[in-house]
Amino acid sequence: MSAEVLLFYVVGALLLLSAGAMIRSNDPVHAALWMVGNFLLTAVLYLVLQAPFIAAVQVIVYAGAIMVLFLFVVMLLGAQPMTRSEPIAGHRATAVFGLVALVALLSVAVARAPAAGRMPPPLTGDFGSPEAIGQALFTDWVLPFEWVSLMLLVALIGAVMIARFGSQSEDPEETSG
Amino acid sequence: MTENWAFVAIFALLSLSIPLIALGMSWALRPKRPGAIKQSTYECGLETVGETWVQFKVQYYLFALIFVLFDVETIFLYPWAVAYGKLGLFALGEMFVFLGILAVGLIYAWRKGALEWV
Repeated sequence: MSAEVLLFYVVGALLLLSAGAMIRSNDPVHAALWMVGNFLLTAVLYLVLQAPFIAAVQVIVYAGAIMVLFLFVVMLLGAQPMTRSEPIAGHRATAVFGLVALVALLSVAVARAPAAGRMPPPLTGDFGSPEAIGQALFTDWVLPFEWVSLMLLVALIGAVMIARFGSQSEDPEETSG
Repeated sequence: MTENWAFVAIFALLSLSIPLIALGMSWALRPKRPGAIKQSTYECGLETVGETWVQFKVQYYLFALIFVLFDVETIFLYPWAVAYGKLGLFALGEMFVFLGILAVGLIYAWRKGALEWV
């Protein structure tokens, strides 16, 4: 067993454990922390797959930005530690159905995967490395790269507009402080 | 390349283990004699009123949204910084344009009072 396969099994086991702990947590903040651990372990899996840039994106976007959104939702909802009640009728049955469907789909995908001998050869060189991506980004893809900044600008202005629109009825002078 | 990431793993394990060892040792060595006064929130001073879980104003969500946008920007800085040595001045200019456009957004949000602590 090579070191990479060993690492895959160790990280995979830790991933399953952290996912289980996330689901079992009664406190939403604890669940969010377990999810951070889950995201970081997924980043390690990307590193095993020789995709360091995807790993960095996984850490920055998922463990960073997405998790901040989750924590904000927890903060804004004022989430108390949750009970094991079933607030929506039949959601457990739905979850079981979803699990069965997912396992069925994954089984089909695994069964149809090409045999090890017929797999496409691994990508050579530094494909997917941050350096290669940087070079491609600033030579062939300069214009789309700048469009990204425009799209982010639109998203930012849109977020500010929508948030302000919601609080138009309040006088900002009175509510401040 | 995998060897370089092994250094990252070593550093991650070290930085995880140092606080765990420190907290674990103090947990193992300290005497455990809990009492009603020891477990109160403040040994002296007023007891807190109400729940510790409070609901925050929904306007704070804007901070999270703005953070997410600048977080996405950071992703583009990473390959740029790594490939910078081979790219030269053109990439520097491109990145300034990129950052400039996003700075416009930040200035807009600032001027609109989106960063005020309501």
